[in-house]
Amino acid sequence: MERLRRTMLFVPGNNPGMLADAHIYGSDSVMFDLEDSVSLGEKDAARMLVYNALKTIDYGEVETVVRVNPLSTPYGAEDIKAMVAAGVQVIRMPKTETAQDVIDTEKAIEAAEIAYGREVGSTKILTAVESALGIVNAYAIATASKRIIGIALGAEDYAANLKTTRSKDGVELFYARSVIVVAARAAGIDALDTVYSNVNDTEGLIEQTKLIKQLGFDGKSIINPRQIDPIQQVYTPTTVEIEKAMRIVAAAEEAEKRGSGVVSLDGKMVDKPVYMRALRVINLAKAMNLIDED
Amino acid sequence: MINAAKRDIPQDVLEKSGLPLYEEVNPKLGPRETMALDERLSKKNKILPGLEEAIRQVGLKDGMTISFHHHFRDGEKIVNLVLDKIAEMGFKNISVAASSLSSVHEPMIEHIKNGVVTHIETSGLRGKLANAISHGILEDPVIFRSHGGRASAIKNGDLHIDVAFLGAASCDPYGNASGYTLDVEGDAACGSLGYAKVDAQYADKVVILTNNIVGYPNMPCAIPETQVDCIVEVESIGDPNKISSGATRFTKNPHDLLISQLAAKVIEASGYFKEGFSMQTGSGGASLAVTRFLRDMMIEKDIHASFALGGITSQIVSMHEEGLIGRILDVQSFDTVAAQSIKKNKYHCEIDANFYANPFDEGSALHQLDIVILSALEVDTDFNVNVLTGSDGVIRGAIGGHPDTAAGAALTILTAPLMRGRMPTVMKEVNTVVTPGSTIDVVVTDQGIAVNPRRPEIRERLLKARLPVTTIEELQQKAEKLAGVPEKLPFGEKVVALVTYRDGSVIDVVRNIED
Repeated sequence: MERLRRTMLFVPGNNPGMLADAHIYGSDSVMFDLEDSVSLGEKDAARMLVYNALKTIDYGEVETVVRVNPLSTPYGAEDIKAMVAAGVQVIRMPKTETAQDVIDTEKAIEAAEIAYGREVGSTKILTAVESALGIVNAYAIATASKRIIGIALGAEDYAANLKTTRSKDGVELFYARSVIVVAARAAGIDALDTVYSNVNDTEGLIEQTKLIKQLGFDGKSIINPRQIDPIQQVYTPTTVEIEKAMRIVAAAEEAEKRGSGVVSLDGKMVDKPVYMRALRVINLAKAMNLIDED
Repeated sequence: MINAAKRDIPQDVLEKSGLPLYEEVNPKLGPRETMALDERLSKKNKILPGLEEAIRQVGLKDGMTISFHHHFRDGEKIVNLVLDKIAEMGFKNISVAASSLSSVHEPMIEHIKNGVVTHIETSGLRGKLANAISHGILEDPVIFRSHGGRASAIKNGDLHIDVAFLGAASCDPYGNASGYTLDVEGDAACGSLGYAKVDAQYADKVVILTNNIVGYPNMPCAIPETQVDCIVEVESIGDPNKISSGATRFTKNPHDLLISQLAAKVIEASGYFKEGFSMQTGSGGASLAVTRFLRDMMIEKDIHASFALGGITSQIVSMHEEGLIGRILDVQSFDTVAAQSIKKNKYHCEIDANFYANPFDEGSALHQLDIVILSALEVDTDFNVNVLTGSDGVIRGAIGGHPDTAAGAALTILTAPLMRGRMPTVMKEVNTVVTPGSTIDVVVTDQGIAVNPRRPEIRERLLKARLPVTTIEELQQKAEKLAGVPEKLPFGEKVVALVTYRDGSVIDVVRNIED
């Protein structure tokens, strides 16, 4: 089943208590951060801590992601080595600007996979675009490696780079968000939105999530477990939507049995995109425990 | 025989009945008085000039048992005040039977050292006093009783109180005493005096201590004048800010929220969540949050509770005011909102500890309880619960109504984090058994739910609702994997406390801890 990434929970890599139970809140992914939330003096300690957490703690079905430091810093290469050795599922690249950034990261990952006896190609990459250059190169970045599972927007740096500031309605992000969704869809990967930093403004979070869902995003990064429920609520299909999707999929299966390429429901023809959307609704419903696996 | 009313009462009838002959002035009562109320209030009342006079008048002797209530919580000043005076007057070998004791009672350590206090019965102990007792300062073991166990022990005479010293937020000159002051907005009130009511009813002598003597009649009241022997006016009964803190606040801690949300879902799926159900929740962060989630569910499903029981919080009050809860049965008001509500709302009822939790009375309210949410310091794979001793083996808690409500409720839900810091909460064997596992139905942790095998039907219902049901053993192992196996605690041989169950039987002992 396709993995959902509605909520990707950032967890500071230097906080043992949070590392120990980051997975219990029900986010789709946990993202341990070695980059911005860790001060220079604690880079090594955080790396060790996250390494041991990944080795020790059973994160169950929750996807493990680590945001490493850029390869251009003294920490990036060490971060990648340690995380691959620990068996992390996804490396999140910070501040990706060109396809070459991805290629360099992939090389470092592959070397580590070989060095630590991990299956080559098993470590995935999540890219994060945080600058105008990154947006311009979005499609090239999204397609630079087969390991890439998604492309994310980092809005704070991007807005600064644009010489503007963040606004409540996010008009300054409109172009970047659209570019990311289009690049992600063209590359067949996930489009992931930036964090909503006011954790006490649930209404604002819901508004923003509705907007990015409408734009086509698969989910967003979050910074507090309290943001999980509101976002997942927005992504939850309604009973009516689920029932309709189930009927469409049943009709398609029926048509296939009959050997017919034409699917029809209630006397109307069902187009391929409608069928695909129905599959996605069912996938979401299953992931949310709204319907049984079978 | 001609009596004072000039009536002829036959001698043989009088002798046979054993009744005395009417006289105009009864020697005990004295001549009739015709003072108006205002004059009488000041001249003929039960107010004594000081605590010393009161102690003398009630006839306190060495070896007697005196009692206190804990409704003033950490603001409490009565216990220290009375014990200091008793020590000053030279009494020894006094038994202190408080409904609970807390960290403010540290000065009692000196009275123990000096032989003034030689025995303690309580629901809880905290702070330095608890620590001293855990280290064996008291020769005689402390007897811990639950709220229901204490009430029934007082009623049946197992715990005989010679003198009850009861603090009250207001009292009139004849002893009608209350946990709040009527007609005064925003008074320093503790609300219900539920635990003190039992002491007043059964103690041989009752002394009310108050800083607020009000006009007669101070009605409605918690303790009626008929049970009161004397009244002492004191400068302060306690620190008002600690007696009652503002509305208990809703937690933002994601851990507590997660646990409480799960607990609310357990309630919803349990089969007990239906129109007219009854409930009790505690005052801890997770408990309060459960109440809020429960409220949302009740509104969504149009379900109303017939009553809420026990310690009452602002959340329960507002749910009552919204029409979601029919009656509030309040043995202890946890915050200012609850304390203010009890004085103005006749559906917010003040009940005593026997009414609340007497195990031997079919009618006591907890036997009518459907759902209770409890918390724990430790729970083990037999579902036994410890709420009394910490992970260091030192006494640091209170039994409260834990074993009472666990046994009384139809569905007992325990909420606890799997770990506190680096210490596991779910373990193979708890340090101290306070509540037996046979009365715990569901344990809700942040890492899964365990259902007692005695309740397979509940397990089925939770599984059907797709809740993350696991086993208590799996939870224990998960915690152990993270934390390792803790070293054995340095317990000594001396028994420093007996832990009694609600029926008065001994369920466990606490041994001294060695440094």
